[in-house]
Amino acid sequence: MVDETQAVLDSIEGTVGDITVVDPKMSMRNVDVFYSDKQAIYDVDLDVANNEVIAMIGPSGCGKSTFLRCMNRMNDTIPTCRVEGSISLDGEDIYAKDQDPVLLRARVGMVFQKPNPFAKSIFDNVAYGPRIHGLAANRAELDDIVVKSLKRAGLYEEVKSRLDAPGTSLSGGQQQRLCIARTIAVSPEVILMDEPCSALDPIATARIEELIDELRENYAIAIVTHSMQQAARVSQRTAYFHLGKLVEVGQTNDIFTNPAHELTENYITGRFG
Amino acid sequence: MDKLHLDQHISRKFNDELEDIRNRALHMGGLVEQQVTGGLQALLDGDSELGAEISKADHQVNKMEVEIDEACTHVLARRQPAASDLRLIVTVIKVITDLERIGDEAEKLGRFSVDLASSRELPVYRKELRHLGELVKSMLRDALDAFARMDVDSAMKTAAKDADINQEYETLSRLLVTHMMEDPRQVRNVFNITWCARALERIGDHSVNICEYVVYLVKGKDIRHTSFDEAKSKINN
Ligand SMILES: Nc1ncnc2c1ncn2[C@@H]1O[C@H](COP(=O)(O)OP(=O)(O)O)[C@@H](O)[C@H]1O
Ligand SMILES: [Mg+2]
Repeated sequence: MVDETQAVLDSIEGTVGDITVVDPKMSMRNVDVFYSDKQAIYDVDLDVANNEVIAMIGPSGCGKSTFLRCMNRMNDTIPTCRVEGSISLDGEDIYAKDQDPVLLRARVGMVFQKPNPFAKSIFDNVAYGPRIHGLAANRAELDDIVVKSLKRAGLYEEVKSRLDAPGTSLSGGQQQRLCIARTIAVSPEVILMDEPCSALDPIATARIEELIDELRENYAIAIVTHSMQQAARVSQRTAYFHLGKLVEVGQTNDIFTNPAHELTENYITGRFG
Repeated sequence: MDKLHLDQHISRKFNDELEDIRNRALHMGGLVEQQVTGGLQALLDGDSELGAEISKADHQVNKMEVEIDEACTHVLARRQPAASDLRLIVTVIKVITDLERIGDEAEKLGRFSVDLASSRELPVYRKELRHLGELVKSMLRDALDAFARMDVDSAMKTAAKDADINQEYETLSRLLVTHMMEDPRQVRNVFNITWCARALERIGDHSVNICEYVVYLVKGKDIRHTSFDEAKSKINN
């Protein structure tokens, strides 16, 4: 690491702002993440609340995706990755031995940067999760889940006449909403989104953002975004990451009008760090 | 964040735009200060020529307000400024609104001075008007100074001076009311003097506003409609 970068890293001592919430849905404490022996996340504490969108922002490579992936053990799939500290969902350690990562990922769903529908029909894309988790007793129940999920994802009206068509035949924005429907179909409690709009045009983006705001009613949502404007538009709280540390967290209104940390200020105003 | 660091954006064009807006607001402040000084001088010296000139020059102030407003709108639309940049734009929009109003009051001083130049009543109140005028001028100067230097302490101290101005104004207006009651034939002239005193007092109020915006700009805290002590504790945490 260059000396200058090391100096900045050393200068970040703890997090400015209140990392706790009343009645947290998820709690991360003293989280360190390593890829082999390279540390990507340093001692991060953060709570995530129900019915709230928390945005995670910061320069590329600062560890947003790494941190997000810890929250549903998606990092387990990367052999070199090691996670330390504690992460709990409703007070239960999600890294405990008896936790089934597959079940966990149904409770804590994830939507990715590039819409990634399976090479299946629209219906089967959404029905996939409920089928493997055995959430429907019969076809009528499955139909019901699929329709409800598509409706919640704001996609149903556009696809109801062609549920047999391949998911990949949809537009980019529709595909992303299909992926959101797929996530919702297994009744998650938390939804993680990693730059869900970066491949979408402004109209499709606006629809996803509107959807995120609606989903907030029923879920805890954490969204990583490289668009500060998007963070400002969709979130109630914002967390600013820099070089793997959580520099500042606060109400989005405060972060965007009067951030406390100079690094946050520099980033959101487009100044040199 | 006590400095704006307007020269540190990755986009140099953005640096220039913000710097330009700030400079234009300061320039407008200077012009308005001149207008107030001129309006007051015209009144006190009974210089109706100067008064007419000041009155006529008000359109320049108005024009600057419109232009700066437009530049601010463009930055909001194109840059979506945040944090201190956002506060700067919001502050400028507010400051120039008050500056434009101060310009209107200066225009009034100029206009009334034409009427009052040869009146017998004006000399009676010249001393009081001069005193009030000097207080107001120095308050406006200090407010603009605090804005230019983004000096919260001096903004707070300056805002506190408004109480003196209000007191001077109250005293003077009581004298004027008594005069009107005692000598109803001279109501028109005395009434116009009252308007001038009132204009000066209003300039003090607008200067307070400017001071409050300075606090918002630098500290991100809104201290409008709070007492001095409340404001102090808001700023310090
Ligand atoms: N699979 C991986 N293997 C090794 N290093 C990784 C891996 N994924 C990310 N990193 C490193 O971890 C750091 C954080 O990356 P990431 O979480 O993707 O940042 P962000 O999402 O903020 O852009 C970077 O230095 C990146 O190079
Ligand atoms: Mg990422």
